[in-house]
Amino acid sequence: MLKAMLGEAWHAMGANRMRTVLTMLGMVIGVGSVVLMMAIGQGAQYSVAQTISTMGSNLYILISGTTTAGGLRSGGGGGPTLTVADAEAIAELDGVANVAPVHQGTQQLVYGSNNWSATVVGTTPPYLDARAWQIVSGYPFGDSDVRSATRVALIGQTAADNLFGAEDPLGKTIRIRQSPFVIIGVLGKKGQNLDGRDQDDTLIIPLTTAQRKVFGTPFAGSVRLIMVQATSAEAMPAVEKGMTALLRQRHRLREGQDNDFYLRNLAAAADSAAETTRVMSVLLGAIASVSLLVGGIGIMNIMLVSVTERTREIGIRMAIGARQKDILAQFLLEAVMISVAGCLIGLVLGIGGALLTNLLSGMVIVISGGSVLVAFGVAAGVGVFFGYYPAHRAAALDPIEALRHQ
Amino acid sequence: MPEAIIRVAGLGKSYLTAAGPFPALRGVDLEIEAGEFVAIMGPSGSGKSTFMNLLGCLDTPSSGDYFLVGRNAAQLGKDELAALRNLTIGFVFQGFNLLPRMTLEDNVALPLVYAGFEREARRARARLELGRVGLGDYTASLPSRISGGQQQRVAIARALVNSPRLILADEPTGNLDSHTSDEIMALFAELNREGITIVLVTHEADIAAYARRQVRFRDGLIVSDLPTPAPALAAATC
Ligand SMILES: Nc1ncnc2c1ncn2[C@@H]1O[C@H](COP(=O)(O)OP(=O)(O)O)[C@@H](O)[C@H]1O
Ligand SMILES: [Mg+2]
Repeated sequence: MLKAMLGEAWHAMGANRMRTVLTMLGMVIGVGSVVLMMAIGQGAQYSVAQTISTMGSNLYILISGTTTAGGLRSGGGGGPTLTVADAEAIAELDGVANVAPVHQGTQQLVYGSNNWSATVVGTTPPYLDARAWQIVSGYPFGDSDVRSATRVALIGQTAADNLFGAEDPLGKTIRIRQSPFVIIGVLGKKGQNLDGRDQDDTLIIPLTTAQRKVFGTPFAGSVRLIMVQATSAEAMPAVEKGMTALLRQRHRLREGQDNDFYLRNLAAAADSAAETTRVMSVLLGAIASVSLLVGGIGIMNIMLVSVTERTREIGIRMAIGARQKDILAQFLLEAVMISVAGCLIGLVLGIGGALLTNLLSGMVIVISGGSVLVAFGVAAGVGVFFGYYPAHRAAALDPIEALRHQ
Repeated sequence: MPEAIIRVAGLGKSYLTAAGPFPALRGVDLEIEAGEFVAIMGPSGSGKSTFMNLLGCLDTPSSGDYFLVGRNAAQLGKDELAALRNLTIGFVFQGFNLLPRMTLEDNVALPLVYAGFEREARRARARLELGRVGLGDYTASLPSRISGGQQQRVAIARALVNSPRLILADEPTGNLDSHTSDEIMALFAELNREGITIVLVTHEADIAAYARRQVRFRDGLIVSDLPTPAPALAAATC
């Protein structure tokens, strides 16, 4: 019975090929765009998640304000408010895993005749732990390097590629502002950060060396940034409170006075970036779903036309013994077949489009079995939902009225 | 006396028209026994088709009762009526009413689909019936490829495919030339000899002559109900 009906539905679809194809096109575009948009959305989510995982977890960044004179903010002539001593004090707080003062800036790196400008990060050994940054060859510098301001450096992959090409950077000497630095370690690859900057285009050196030889700050002992890692996500609120209180006390800020530093919660920033891409992904899917809806309405429209055109056929079928449910099933099956066939074509085109997008723009795409399944289910659902009304109209026809039609 | 295959009592049917209800049937009483061959006659507009549509359970009466094989049609549900149309009745229309996009075999097999037969059984039955009406070589043809007389034979094959007890035919020869009409009528006469009850509408005397009983309608009422006078039947078919 079902096989006979499938055959008939196939026949009916073939009888008006142009119309069937155009009706299907609505579904093709709908499903195709859902699949494509979901692939792009999930790709974006994936790459953000990837980025977040390279950032290090449970991180805060403390950013210096500038010193004030007599309670007034000086225009910018002042030095940073945070100090290495602040960092050391924070390290004593409960729930703090790693603290690293940071002084960074863009500098020209010179190796032989090669020039390359990269972000130079002056910091202390805990920095690598906080960022969960691996050394792929060589060794990291230690506390003694910071104490004696040695000229050693860890180089990121991008900077290494541009300065050394195929050469092994380990043991080579580069120059920053005429000072020679020996490369003692090569950093693992991290890719872009949330702002889209290449984290591997970097050189990490001891904080003291950076301050004395590279940036030449007049405010020895003070730093622009302090990176703080909490032991766990649960510890973060307590760490945030403790840090703020500690710094206010150390900076002798009176009640009611503003903080002279900024606190940035990277974990929260990561969450909001993830949330943003998730919303974008849902939005893309929703917009694409509208075209699926339009495709469904197209099916309903054509099925209604088809029922009207075939009223006499329905009458004949009823006269030779078709029950209402036979007629209902016949037209429903036709609608579902159109939408499922359109869905299959749409899937192929959507996946093809996603692969092409990746090929042409390098955008990360993710085609999950889930999204394919959802598209398929929705298409079948659309067929049933939008096919039901026309099919019901067909089934509810009075046999004699239908036979008299035309 | 066996239970009549058709028994109607006080059967009436009014159509709603712009000018108000129009009584197309105005109280018809009739009994037809199993195995009869009845011609329904009468001028155009006398209510013959209306009556046939009621007998075929395609339409519902405005008043009166209709018992088909002893069952009160008014008390049957839609699915039961569909089953009666499928299994008990074979309907033959003036305009053939084949489905144009289906092969002859598929057309003939369609009632078997609704009866729930498997594909192989459907094919075998459909071929058998097509052979019986002399179209065994045309199973894969489309209706548009054959003549009117052949189309009506296919329609008869379709009516026969579920082995009905009753064939209802509303002017089955109305669109056919007289030679073809005789062939179709000979086919009906043969089916009747095999025991199938046949009720057919015609307003031609020589067609009605094939039947053994002639019921005449006028203005929605039966005006005469007589055995066929000169049995042309014997001369035409033997
Ligand atoms: N669907 C209908 N609506 C209104 N009037 C109808 C309808 N069908 C038939 N009639 C009228 O009922 C009368 C009987 O029609 P019908 O049964 O077709 O007659 P016959 O088949 O004997 O020519 C006619 O006057 C016809 O105009
Ligand atoms: Mg008529």
